[in-house]
Amino acid sequence: MLLISCPNCGPRDETEFHYGGQAHIAYPENPNDLTDREWAEYLFYRENTKGTFAERWVHSTGCRQWFNMLRDTVSYDIHSIYAMGQPRPDTTGEYGQAGGAGLAPGAPTTSTAAAAPTSSEGV
Amino acid sequence: MAETATPAETAHVDRVRGARRSPAEHLADAFTSGSVPGTVTLKEIPYQAMVGIRVERTSDAGARVASITGGLPATCGEVTGAGAVNALWLGPTEFLVVAPEESHDSLGGTLVSDLTTALGSDEGQVVDLSANRTTFELNGSHARAVLEKTCSLDLHPRVFKAGTAVSTELAHIPVMLWKTSEENYRIFPRASFADFLGRWLLDAMREYASPEVP
Ligand SMILES: [Zn+2]
Repeated sequence: MLLISCPNCGPRDETEFHYGGQAHIAYPENPNDLTDREWAEYLFYRENTKGTFAERWVHSTGCRQWFNMLRDTVSYDIHSIYAMGQPRPDTTGEYGQAGGAGLAPGAPTTSTAAAAPTSSEGV
Repeated sequence: MAETATPAETAHVDRVRGARRSPAEHLADAFTSGSVPGTVTLKEIPYQAMVGIRVERTSDAGARVASITGGLPATCGEVTGAGAVNALWLGPTEFLVVAPEESHDSLGGTLVSDLTTALGSDEGQVVDLSANRTTFELNGSHARAVLEKTCSLDLHPRVFKAGTAVSTELAHIPVMLWKTSEENYRIFPRASFADFLGRWLLDAMREYASPEVP
């Protein structure tokens, strides 16, 4: 069970929250200009990060507000909780390999993440 | 409404009252027999008037609404209003107004219409939620012990103070939990969960009817 600190309500059990998937995916400026492939990638393609991942959560049983979270998908450590609309905090250095290197689709794999299969690679 | 109700109005109110069935009405006897006076008791307080409010509390409309509800809470847990009408914090711009059943417009009160007028055409909403939830009152020296069997919040009095209301989970269902005094809790489950939560609490209370095993 994760203990998640809601920015409004304080620490609550994970069961009070719902997961909203990857954070910081902007709605396309001009959806009509996108090819079918680009549109499909916007809609359905998400990273499958091993390590620190920026994601959205909503405190559905509490204040019903959304927020962003930096969570380690391996250790489940929560590194940061920040408001919707805020940029992803830079936690590089603080948490070693955190920061997203090798996490974007097709991004060069870093040596530390070499053993991590990323299913989104090569899309 | 008029200070003195006409016979027609009284008849209407009686008809409304007679037609209603509260969500845990069928458990009333079980609540009585399952209560352990002096230790922990459970009862339903049916038909409280409840109104959901969405408004920016620092706006003009928020101030007008607050004048009816006795303020609007600023943070999680806070409850405003000292008298019969109280406002509970649900979210930064969302509140639940709780008042006695007589304040409901269908029984001659003016709560919902007053709030609707206060909001006016400004941004926000006023929704009559009186039938959405019922109220359970859990009282007694062991009320906290009953809640602690399922509530993951820290209910110790140094953390969870009297006069605090939070939206959380009991027995895995969403409720509002309002600590009205040191040994008294008001629990607002949605109507469809009332039967389940009522039976769950009865089960959790059962052990306190027997002498404590040292
Ligand atoms: Zn919250």
